Amino acid sequence: MSNLIKGNKHEWETVIGLEIHAQVKSNSKLFSNSSTAFGSRPNSQVSLVDAAMPGMLPVINKYCIEQAVKTGIGLNAKINNYSIFDRKNYFYADLPQGYQISQYKYPIVGEGKVSIDFKDGSSKDIRIVRLHLEQDAGKSLHDQNPTKTYVDLNRSGVALMEIVSEPDIRSADEAGLYISKIRSILMYLDTCDGNMQEGSLRADVNISVRKPGDDYGIRCEIKNLNSIKFIKQAINYEVRRQIEILETGGVIEQNTLLFNTSTGKTKPMRSKEEAHDYRYFPDPDLLPLEINQKDIDKMVNSIPELPDERKRKYVVVYNLSNYDASVLTADKSVSDYFDSVIKSDQSLKNSAKIVVNWITSELFSLLKENNIDIDNSPINPKYLGKLVKLIKENIISGKIAKDVLIEMFNSKQDPEIIIKNKGLKQVTDTSEIENIVDEVLKENKKMVEQYLSGKDKLLGFFVGQSMKKSKGKANPKILNEILKSKLSNKN
Amino acid sequence: MKLDTNTINKIAKLARIRLSEDEAKDLLKDMNSILDWVEQLNEVNTDSVEPLANISSSTLPQRKDEAKDINSSDEILKNSPDKLEDYFVVPKVVE
Repeated sequence: MSNLIKGNKHEWETVIGLEIHAQVKSNSKLFSNSSTAFGSRPNSQVSLVDAAMPGMLPVINKYCIEQAVKTGIGLNAKINNYSIFDRKNYFYADLPQGYQISQYKYPIVGEGKVSIDFKDGSSKDIRIVRLHLEQDAGKSLHDQNPTKTYVDLNRSGVALMEIVSEPDIRSADEAGLYISKIRSILMYLDTCDGNMQEGSLRADVNISVRKPGDDYGIRCEIKNLNSIKFIKQAINYEVRRQIEILETGGVIEQNTLLFNTSTGKTKPMRSKEEAHDYRYFPDPDLLPLEINQKDIDKMVNSIPELPDERKRKYVVVYNLSNYDASVLTADKSVSDYFDSVIKSDQSLKNSAKIVVNWITSELFSLLKENNIDIDNSPINPKYLGKLVKLIKENIISGKIAKDVLIEMFNSKQDPEIIIKNKGLKQVTDTSEIENIVDEVLKENKKMVEQYLSGKDKLLGFFVGQSMKKSKGKANPKILNEILKSKLSNKN
Repeated sequence: MKLDTNTINKIAKLARIRLSEDEAKDLLKDMNSILDWVEQLNEVNTDSVEPLANISSSTLPQRKDEAKDINSSDEILKNSPDKLEDYFVVPKVVE
């Protein structure tokens, strides 16, 4: 699979690095005890520390430290026993302190890596540079008034993990896979809720293009993207923009860009002369953070099963393809649902592929149509297991099973009861099917003649008519056999 | 190291402090003498010394993850020169 993009003159390679901001899942903020709840009354969760009243001192939340360490372990990264909090100074209305407490030279987590999986079953490692802890800023509303900005400081001081990747990503699709993978790891670890709509997970994307083999080109940074769809759109637009500039003899200006989600275009955010000078220095209010190796080891042992581990299990134990296994494990809820289905009956272990198909095609489309997520699926995993067993045992056909599934979705009932009440049991009794076939052949004498004179394709017509007569209940395999033998006897 | 007026003005701008020319001149003199004084430290060889983040030898105090319901809106907004409903209102700060 080549990632090269054809311009008018050359082929170009895209080079992408991501900075992901993941809100730490915790009850209280990083340096104060006000709540992190989303969607509360504006400015109701702002303590004197968050409002930066003079003399207030930050005290770090132990749980946020543990969450960052756990995440570092999940990213296969080095946990630093010693790290430092710095002040990143800048002036903005939603930053009462005038600086953000962040980590600069000595972050809590160092180098790591995650692997992303492609449709063709191959995978690729993306290296992580670091993960550091920092404070989130408040929220500014710019579009409510032509001359004013409204500020809500509820988010101010909430803990963020900034996860920085090496520029190892080579396309919009890879960027999408990478952020999905990070999101899934965070959700398995329960260190971030992964909710992109509420802004719990957002990304800054660094993009440059180069001719294959050349050094890195000049990059631009697109700020604050909060959906995978927008990340991909923004990358695709920006890559085209840069290629066009370079091919017409221009030079890329290193810029911070914003992506306009309604036009699908990027535009520069602030001019160069006002480029930020953050004047980082160690925060004198905070001592260095020391974590002893014993505590880290304890946390390593408490790490739950992660998506890659589950994926391997699915491939080895259930014989699923690499791709099916990664689709299932991408979302922890889906993977949990699959596990419950399989565990509901011993025999389903050998029908894992059929279970996957029913989950990812039929169940997913029902859930999507009704805008329900899988955690709240009206279909009990145990009942879905039963349905698959009924198909396997030839009690109902796959076709009828689809109708049964819809009924299960609407009524939350056991499929066996639905089948019994509606008389949907598959007909496997040969004499009953023979009678139906005889009737169909009698009613369509002309067609039979045409078939016998060489129009083989008419077999499908006979199958369809017989199936219709049986109200879809005839076992298709037996039906086919009987039809073929009856027709050849007529020859 | 000697500062010039441009640097003083840049620092003032980053801190959003408006300076008159006279004030900038005074500050230039003050800051240069502070830097001269601090520069005596350069006489010590620090090649193999890690930068010091804090002089205290105790460890970072940590607290439990417990949220307190403070419903701070009314109190916190008392300090705002301008507000609307529960929001601080400031001059528009976006391009």
